[in-house]
Amino acid sequence: MMRYPLMGLLASLLIVLSTPAPAATDAAEDAARWDLLHDMYFKDRPVEEAGGRIRIDAPARAHDAALVPVRVEVEPSLRLKTLSLLVDKNPVPLAATFHFGPASGGGGIETRIRVNEYTNVRAVGETQDGRLLMTEAYVKAAGGCSAPAVKDPQEAMARLGRIKVKLPETPVAGVPATAQVMISHPNSSGLQFDQVSRTYIPAHYVRSIVVRSGGRTVLEAETDISIAEDPNLRFSFVPVEGGTLEVVAHDTKGATFAQTVPLAAGAGKDEPAL
Amino acid sequence: MTTSFGPDAGSTHPRAALMTVAAALCLLAAAGPSGVEPLAMTEVAPGVFVHQGAIAEPAPDNRGDTANMGFIVGDSGVAVIDTGGTPELGRRLREAIAARTDREPVIVINTHMHPDHVFGNAAFADVPIAGHANLRDALAARQDVYRQRLTDELGAGASAGIPRVRVDRPVAGEVRIDLGNRLLVLTAHPTAHTNNDLTVFDRKTGTLFAGDLLFIDHLPVVDGNALGWLSVIDGLERVPAIRAVPGHGPAMVDWPGALDAERRYLTVLVEGVRRVLTAGGSIQEAVAHVVEGERDRWLLFDAYNPRNVTATFAELEWE
Ligand SMILES: [Zn+2]
Repeated sequence: MMRYPLMGLLASLLIVLSTPAPAATDAAEDAARWDLLHDMYFKDRPVEEAGGRIRIDAPARAHDAALVPVRVEVEPSLRLKTLSLLVDKNPVPLAATFHFGPASGGGGIETRIRVNEYTNVRAVGETQDGRLLMTEAYVKAAGGCSAPAVKDPQEAMARLGRIKVKLPETPVAGVPATAQVMISHPNSSGLQFDQVSRTYIPAHYVRSIVVRSGGRTVLEAETDISIAEDPNLRFSFVPVEGGTLEVVAHDTKGATFAQTVPLAAGAGKDEPAL
Repeated sequence: MTTSFGPDAGSTHPRAALMTVAAALCLLAAAGPSGVEPLAMTEVAPGVFVHQGAIAEPAPDNRGDTANMGFIVGDSGVAVIDTGGTPELGRRLREAIAARTDREPVIVINTHMHPDHVFGNAAFADVPIAGHANLRDALAARQDVYRQRLTDELGAGASAGIPRVRVDRPVAGEVRIDLGNRLLVLTAHPTAHTNNDLTVFDRKTGTLFAGDLLFIDHLPVVDGNALGWLSVIDGLERVPAIRAVPGHGPAMVDWPGALDAERRYLTVLVEGVRRVLTAGGSIQEAVAHVVEGERDRWLLFDAYNPRNVTATFAELEWE
């Protein structure tokens, strides 16, 4: 999968960020930023308003800028090919792109993001025939990317890479069901400053998560630093009789974390990651 | 309780004007040789002095004076326990010490990393600092964010002169400090309010400085681990104190009964979040419903409860 040229993007965004603008031009500024992001991530492809077919549920004012829950609901008939989640004013705006596979149950996705300043959060869905549909929500929160979110670093390091999968009690083969995947990882943004060492804590984050049901792809996610510590995904999948749900994640230091759980009754308890 | 708390606190203009006059008179009357106004202190036990901060978030009307701090006088020196939320509060605390004793501060003890307890350290550059073994790293990772927040709230003047993080005496487990005919016991605790909570027990008077392991009236703030905090409370309860100084609340409270309200809140918080998790609910659902019954029992409930629920949800979903 191709990675976007983030440093160039970061540089151009910082220029926009550093341009002071009076409050009256907020709407114009938001529009200008979206133009920039549109160009950066979707080139010259037209992006349409989703008009209710895609909805974002996010708190208008976040309680913890480093852990903002976001749910994207997608009309099931849309059968999206991909779904991208953007946080306009974050240093790296593209939080994640989800590529849905044949074992996806359709619908949307729920995750947790960091929010660095008052910003629009956008979901852009790509349909099977290549149309781009967008919706947005405004979230008031600040400081989420530089916030020292890890409350207990020793515990976090001891737990790093642990994967927990929550499954429905009694999945029925062929009937879409909801699963939740949690990956214990500091997801360090590279923007957190250590005052004793006078250095930024190096970026160290989960960059991909792949989920398969009975060997078939549910989703492949490319993830970045706008995803909160301990990446957490809720999604719909199609269970297979006697099958398993398999999770494989990679981080920026080259580590691989994996976990496979059977769908049988009593499944869903977490076991040590491989 | 504080009289300055509440959404309408800024609307009482006549009283505010009166307060300003009173404060100015107080300044004229009480400013020491250095020109710094000493903090008001209460002697809660012989040789144990406490300044009570406002139960509020740091704001211009309280000048960042939102946490309790104190000092203990021994025959050979003074131990300072927390230094307040700004360098100026630290200077005023030092002035209050000079007004009460000719003994010099020999140790500054920080009960944990939060800025309302440590930024007054600036006034004690010549005094060694003791803190939990995790304090240095925890504060180092946060100090720039804390300093920026203080600048946003109170202006650049309030945050000027905050020094680099310094912990000269890291405490793991238990350490005793002899102030001269007066033994203090410093205890480092496992993760609770934060991952660097430290308590100070003055054996001579049975006074426990509990730091933010003890909140009274001010809603407890979970910046560590709610379950860990409950188990630390079980251990703390056995400290043979007769009174305690909370990090936020009155200058002193009876021990150990003062722990009851906080334990009840944390228990309801944990049980409520667990119920939402068991039912497959979301963080938003938990924030909307958990601990609602506690709302009228605490100040600053809306400022901190949603964060406590969010943090506890993220903690307990790994159970
Ligand atoms: Zn605190």
